Amino acid sequence: MATTGTPTNLTQKTRGGIGESTLRPDGTLKVTGEFAYSSDMWHEDMLWGQILRSTVAHAEIVSIDTSEALAQAGVYAVLTYEDLPTEVKNYGLEIQDTPVLANGVVRHHGEPVALVAADHPETARRAAAKIRVEYRELPVVTDEASATAPDAPLLHPGRDDHHAGHVPHPNIVHRQPIVRGNADEAAGRADVIVSGEYVFGMQDQAFLGPESGLAVPAEDGGVDLYVATQWLHSDLRQIAPVLGLPEDKVRMTLSGVGGAFGGREDLSMQIHACLLALRTGKPVKIVYNRFESFFGHVHRHPAKLWYEHGATSDGKITHMKCRIVLDGGAYASASPAVVGNASSLSVGPYVIDDVDIEAIALYTNNPPCGAMRGFGAVQACFAYEAQMDKLAKALDMDPVEFRQLNAMEQGTLLPTGQAVDSPAPVAELLRRVKARPLPPERQWETTEGADVRALPGGLSNTTHGEGVVRGVGYAVGIKNVGFSEGFDDYSTAKVRMEVIAGEPVATVHTAMAEVGQGGVTVHAQIARTELGVSQVTISPADTQVGSAGSTSASRQTYVTGGAVRNSCELVREKVLEIGRRRFGSYHPAWATAELLLESGKVVTDGGEVLADLVDVLEGEAVEIEAEWRHRPTQAFDLRTGQGNGHVQYSFAAHRAVVEVDTELGLVKVIELSCAQDVGKALNPLSVIGQIQGGTTQGLGMAVMEEIIVDPKTAKVRNPSFTDYLIPTILDTPTIPVDVLELADDHAPYGLRGVGEAPTLSSTPAVLAAIRNATGLELNRTPVRPEHLTGT
Amino acid sequence: MRVNFTVNGRRQEADDVWEGESLLYVLRERLGLPGSKNACEQGECGSCTVRLDGVPVCSCLVAAGQVEGREVVTVEGLADFARQREQGSCASGACGTSLQDAQSWSAAPRDGVTDSQTGEGTELSPIQQAFIDAGAVQCGFCTPGLLVAADEMLERTPSPSDEDIREALSGNLCRCTGYEKILDAVRLAAARQERKEEAV
Repeated sequence: MATTGTPTNLTQKTRGGIGESTLRPDGTLKVTGEFAYSSDMWHEDMLWGQILRSTVAHAEIVSIDTSEALAQAGVYAVLTYEDLPTEVKNYGLEIQDTPVLANGVVRHHGEPVALVAADHPETARRAAAKIRVEYRELPVVTDEASATAPDAPLLHPGRDDHHAGHVPHPNIVHRQPIVRGNADEAAGRADVIVSGEYVFGMQDQAFLGPESGLAVPAEDGGVDLYVATQWLHSDLRQIAPVLGLPEDKVRMTLSGVGGAFGGREDLSMQIHACLLALRTGKPVKIVYNRFESFFGHVHRHPAKLWYEHGATSDGKITHMKCRIVLDGGAYASASPAVVGNASSLSVGPYVIDDVDIEAIALYTNNPPCGAMRGFGAVQACFAYEAQMDKLAKALDMDPVEFRQLNAMEQGTLLPTGQAVDSPAPVAELLRRVKARPLPPERQWETTEGADVRALPGGLSNTTHGEGVVRGVGYAVGIKNVGFSEGFDDYSTAKVRMEVIAGEPVATVHTAMAEVGQGGVTVHAQIARTELGVSQVTISPADTQVGSAGSTSASRQTYVTGGAVRNSCELVREKVLEIGRRRFGSYHPAWATAELLLESGKVVTDGGEVLADLVDVLEGEAVEIEAEWRHRPTQAFDLRTGQGNGHVQYSFAAHRAVVEVDTELGLVKVIELSCAQDVGKALNPLSVIGQIQGGTTQGLGMAVMEEIIVDPKTAKVRNPSFTDYLIPTILDTPTIPVDVLELADDHAPYGLRGVGEAPTLSSTPAVLAAIRNATGLELNRTPVRPEHLTGT
Repeated sequence: MRVNFTVNGRRQEADDVWEGESLLYVLRERLGLPGSKNACEQGECGSCTVRLDGVPVCSCLVAAGQVEGREVVTVEGLADFARQREQGSCASGACGTSLQDAQSWSAAPRDGVTDSQTGEGTELSPIQQAFIDAGAVQCGFCTPGLLVAADEMLERTPSPSDEDIREALSGNLCRCTGYEKILDAVRLAAARQERKEEAV
């Protein structure tokens, strides 16, 4: 017991704590191929599930004949709506309007109609193809005009959800107006007024790990489900009632998740696998292929946005009016919350006192749309940043200086009346991306000649520099962090501390979905910082611990990270209590000093060591499971949009440098630099990875990515990676990143959610650069070659 | 049908293979090697990249019957493969494994000190280590295919330019990283290799 009586000074801080670029705990398993993703699950005697999906977008189902499918050798079950076991036959994140299996009607192309379980995936696929479904096609509604026409077919007649009462038409999911000041009156002061209608295409999350999982029927009549999701407990709340099981009989464990980006907020194969497993009594695995994945999850809302801005000749914005129409598709998914974001963030990171805003989401027969990285703020940013360039041009001002002149600061009021009460370094972020040296121009004219790989068209060898022009563009955006509008956005963390093999070890158990973002890395760092241990074990995420909320809205490091820190603090108090009880009499500092845990020891804030944690914890384990909440938010007023609806904000700015082959309409993005305020980078390496990844998804939206839906039939035309293109390493430029750390005093460690903001400003920066290069107006994203060549 | 081939230096025999099955399916579902990934199953994403007689291929596009009698290296065997190459026992990637190596080959680490949760203690190839160190792994689903492709590129082109790296990896989609850290990782592996050779 030598350490308890003779204090020594601590020479080494705990390593691997917050602020360090510690490496991923799952890194080795991921590079050796041993990390178990949801599609890697295997069970002896397991069957394969297959979903039969509708081939038309809107139809009555006249009949379904499953007899031939059932007669196939190797087929164990075929299920339709009639086989659903309880009265609960729908699910949904907020509005339970999504049928588990079609009930006499299909509302979008690819809607699940029947399920098959067989002993081989190909047998299941072939059996599904033998199910005869007779459809009587109905007219489709595909946009605002057709959805709200007097004779429009209603997607959900008789809907009684809590938005039904305030929407102007039953095919409108939710409407949020925001009115502040007097936009009409302020418009009278404007020296210039610019307006535009902008079109934002339908983007897909295109995570690489397909929707998949394994359901194993249990002896107690329940089911064990291994899946890839963003929020285990939200899944559980939707799954259990459909199965007719209490929640504790549906035991969910998170399998390896191959990316998410919003596309795993809604259920996909979860209920289907459980239904087949419970029916057959055998484990059932379902794995979508890429074709099915395009139908198996919601997409980013395509949008039409109309904006008007005015400004005085000295460059101050007078007012803004906008109308944002989001296409939610056949089912609600996250549409109401997307409307809330689009409307409340429609002004962007600017000071505009007089605004008149309206955002709506439609029900149509198009594919359902919901959460994707940026969540409503992305579409708005594309439009308001185009407007900023138009205003600057009308005033003959530099587009960056014009933005800086109108930039939001700490204390600025959002159109909802909520004050931004943490640093908002919008002007500084723009300054930083602008100050960066530009990449050299027309390198192909140097003596070394052209490397076609650096030119538009690349290895297609379409130009050696002729017809190529350069452009530079800027954009900046604001994204809310965390769930808004009064949602009880809590997280739970269980932390245990004990001595194992002579060393103090902390175990962190949460239900947080690690989808690749590195939450597991950060949780271990927090535990090391708070508990002064080097060994931290991260338990698998499951429903045996309380909810961690969704891996969405850039919230996990803030909220579940906050919960881990909070539980660590509670554990530390207990540990110190034990220490005082056991060793308090050896040294007065136990009673008088501020005590910390550092490098496996109890130390005073002066660095004096009082005891080894191994001695304090001898024979005892301390475990705490606790919920943690950030500041509460409020709903937006349904008429005025006023209310303190948001928790926190995240800001990023981009500068894009592009080269355009004007003859062929090919764009090469040369550089896409980003500056972002992250409050505090808990893991700098991961933060930069998030920013570069988000930036690249924005680049894809600018020049490549769009799900094409036939406007006549509402059928999806390009459900494959052959026809839906995401950026390759050849399409992606250098992405220099400048990270600011201005603490938000309301958040744990001052941190800001990082993941989404870079996806906002990336797209409009690329568009601005292409406009700068070509002089074209380009009110639509993504830009296709024909938009540039006019052919 | 029955398919006999060599995977990561070990003779394998897959029975009851349906003629329409891909090499990817046989590896993942019949041989217990799910490291090669199934992101698109149409040859567009590269996540299933393996080496077939030394040549990188999308295993989803190779019919299982086509690999009869041939040699396959997957991400699970990459560390051993790189070690053998280092020792000069196989430069082309198609030489197979020595009898002695084959007998001692094991998917589990030799020293038995691997942490089952983190995999720590596992022997890694230089490119695998570089991906971890550079932060090139996020969700990790593209990682196995990228590792096999990058390792093969470095075998051919030990000191690649950035454009060489981009060209070699252009068949491998990644949705998380924006590729910057992947470039960093390949540069890092190349630099470490150069330093090692200079030392020799």
